[in-house]
Amino acid sequence: MTGDGPLPIVSNADIVAVRQQVRTAAVESGFSLIDQTKVVTAASELARNALVYAGGGQVRIEVVENARRRGLRLEFHDEGPGIPDVEQALTDGWTTGSGLGLGLSGSRRLVDEFDLDSVPGKGTTVTVTKWAR
Amino acid sequence: MMERIPILKLGDTLIVSIQGDLEDQGVLALQEDLADKVVMTGARGVIIDISAVEIVDSYIGRMLATIADILRMLDADTVVVGMRPAVAITLVELGLSLGGVRTALDLEKGVALLDHVRSTPR
Ligand SMILES: Nc1ncnc2c1ncn2[C@@H]1O[C@H](COP(=O)(O)OP(=O)(O)OP(=O)(O)O)[C@@H](O)[C@H]1O
Ligand SMILES: [Mg+2]
Repeated sequence: MTGDGPLPIVSNADIVAVRQQVRTAAVESGFSLIDQTKVVTAASELARNALVYAGGGQVRIEVVENARRRGLRLEFHDEGPGIPDVEQALTDGWTTGSGLGLGLSGSRRLVDEFDLDSVPGKGTTVTVTKWAR
Repeated sequence: MMERIPILKLGDTLIVSIQGDLEDQGVLALQEDLADKVVMTGARGVIIDISAVEIVDSYIGRMLATIADILRMLDADTVVVGMRPAVAITLVELGLSLGGVRTALDLEKGVALLDHVRSTPR
């Protein structure tokens, strides 16, 4: 997976493809079934956000390693409208769409590290990392 | 062409088994197909088997709840059966507890639950 280019997210089929690629990478990184499920679910939320709110984007899937363990880092990037109030967007139940407002706040709970970087008018980058236990 | 999920009829119960990873439109199509079929057949119960489903995210979870709501208005009860433990753990952590959706561990228990629900006045 590492070394491959980013995956495009421009259609609903791409969301399924992202889920499948993240699953494969999680299995290869030695994730437990529950951790696989959590990271794939987070990826599904973030991919859908990029598609729905930014009209599309991409994700880079990377296997990372520190002294103690392996993990998976996913970097979602889009050049959509951005998020004016990041704090608010990360609140459970806050949505400008027709969702439940759980995608961002929920996926933050499903991973170990969560970083949201958004510039209004420029785009949004969400980087998440989950470590194998 | 998008694949439709087959809907089986057993007495006055409809049974669907979701296989593999569904695209968002696939879930939406299932909602419409189930509503049509409930009206067409007069089915009183619907069982949705998700034992082959490896992830349920907020979209799919919300659609399951919506399907149960719609079918309730069409006078049918819905039971979701076979949720995998990892899926349940992830859904709750995501913040979605599917409070309005009846669940059972497997198909057999789902059938029993429907029988029970229908013999109890609403
Ligand atoms: N990539 C993005 N670009 C622009 N805005 C975004 C992006 N991702 C999220 N948002 C904004 O943040 C809000 C919250 O997102 P979140 O994923 O938590 O909930 P939702 O998508 O509205 O509902 P759910 O994910 O539960 O279906 C969205 O309604 C949207 O306004
Ligand atoms: Mg979302």
